[in-house]
Amino acid sequence: MKKIGQPKKFIIKGKRLDGRKPDEMREVKIKAGVLERPDGSAYLEWGGNKVLAACYGPREVHPRHLSMSHKALLRCTYNMAPFSVNDRKRPGPDRRSTEISKVTRQALEPVVLTNLFPKTAIDVFIEILQANAGTRCTGITAASVAIADAGIPMKDLIPACAAGKVGGEIVLDMFDVEDNYGEADLPISIMPKTGDVSLLQMDGNFTEEEFKKALNLAINGCKEIHKVQVNALKEKYGGN
Amino acid sequence: MDNVLSDIKKDYIVNLLKQGKREDGRGFDDYRQIELETGVASKADGSALVKLGTNQVMAGVKLKLGVPFSDVPASGVLMTNTELRPMASPTFEKGPPSEDSVEVSRVVDRGIRESNCIDLDKLCIEEGEKVWMVFVDIHSLDYRGNLFDAASLACIAALLNTSIPKIEDDRVIYGEVTKNKLPIIEKPVETTYAKIGSDIILDPNLEEELVMDARLTIATTEKGDICAMQKGGNGTFSQDEILEAISKSIIKGKELRAYL
Repeated sequence: MKKIGQPKKFIIKGKRLDGRKPDEMREVKIKAGVLERPDGSAYLEWGGNKVLAACYGPREVHPRHLSMSHKALLRCTYNMAPFSVNDRKRPGPDRRSTEISKVTRQALEPVVLTNLFPKTAIDVFIEILQANAGTRCTGITAASVAIADAGIPMKDLIPACAAGKVGGEIVLDMFDVEDNYGEADLPISIMPKTGDVSLLQMDGNFTEEEFKKALNLAINGCKEIHKVQVNALKEKYGGN
Repeated sequence: MDNVLSDIKKDYIVNLLKQGKREDGRGFDDYRQIELETGVASKADGSALVKLGTNQVMAGVKLKLGVPFSDVPASGVLMTNTELRPMASPTFEKGPPSEDSVEVSRVVDRGIRESNCIDLDKLCIEEGEKVWMVFVDIHSLDYRGNLFDAASLACIAALLNTSIPKIEDDRVIYGEVTKNKLPIIEKPVETTYAKIGSDIILDPNLEEELVMDARLTIATTEKGDICAMQKGGNGTFSQDEILEAISKSIIKGKELRAYL
């Protein structure tokens, strides 16, 4: 398939088009507690991505029939601002954001101790203000800091990161050109304490060997992100 | 897909798995009986009905002329949609597509799209102006667990069954089976594993789906490459579990492909 704007080469003399090495991540900054109204919030900058996450709860469930007697209802909403991408994104939910909201919830669910707050709702909102590839990972990363900032008990933080294949080479954390024209994308999230994977999606083409390599690379990426998450919380709340 | 299963039944399924058995007598890596029939809807340009045990999914393909996307002006367009009709399960509701139906559509779509199953370049009639748009519609008829595998098998079978309608004076003449088949160059299939406790089983039935902690769907190509994956459910998978599922999935994919 002929795609307009496809670069001839993705890696020149061992360097990617934005100057990074194949296993190098873009710079990540996280700040916890940036919004006044929500119970918890986080702002994240990751390469060219700018993301806000907010958490409300535990609070009353609306509509009531969704409340569960044995645990809290965790709800996540991923939303892209219309101005966050080159071609204006039509406001409101679409199939992509519906799916990302679902996988985000399922990525966070294993660590949030929802059993402590029966009959309540924990609502997480993710707003992508500026997008530059890998937004679902940035969203999950920010969301888990926002939930922690809201004081909701969790087993672990959830860092997320993607690896993929561009120009036949396995790389970490693609930026937009690599994401658009690359051959494969593997976003994952992990529970750092156990190394278990709570988000796993993939599209493109990997051999079994390439997949192994990409999975390892992405897991290492998640571990890097985890440090940034911890630091963001330490910065706000102190402690070691 | 919310549904109710009594605790006693849940415990029964989990305990049985611990003894290495499944409720319906299958091995951990066995599919339910698979039946596949193509050409089941003559008004569609291609169609197929798949039965995974009693789980029934139908897929229909319709072709339409349209304008290509501006970033790929010389390629046809693929659209995948899923209808989870209330008929198929008491938990399916009418109204706009649910989260679950969107997920099925998108995961099946990724399997087809990313494997380059359809040679979309051959569907270009006039660059930037006119191309064939391929609409693949998935209909769940009787939902008994594991929509992903049944839907993806039905879709690829329906695509293989599709013939391109005739065009006369810019008008599409539907209803005539032509010799002009849709250019299919790859047969991706999806296999789904469910994790229950520490056990991982292939092709979960409805009850197993209701107890499962997590699910992993893997789409593989004829060459044995991986072209799409999706983890679902509220649980997690260890790295080893993922790699093992992939190796198994490549072998099971061949088994599924034999039905096409």
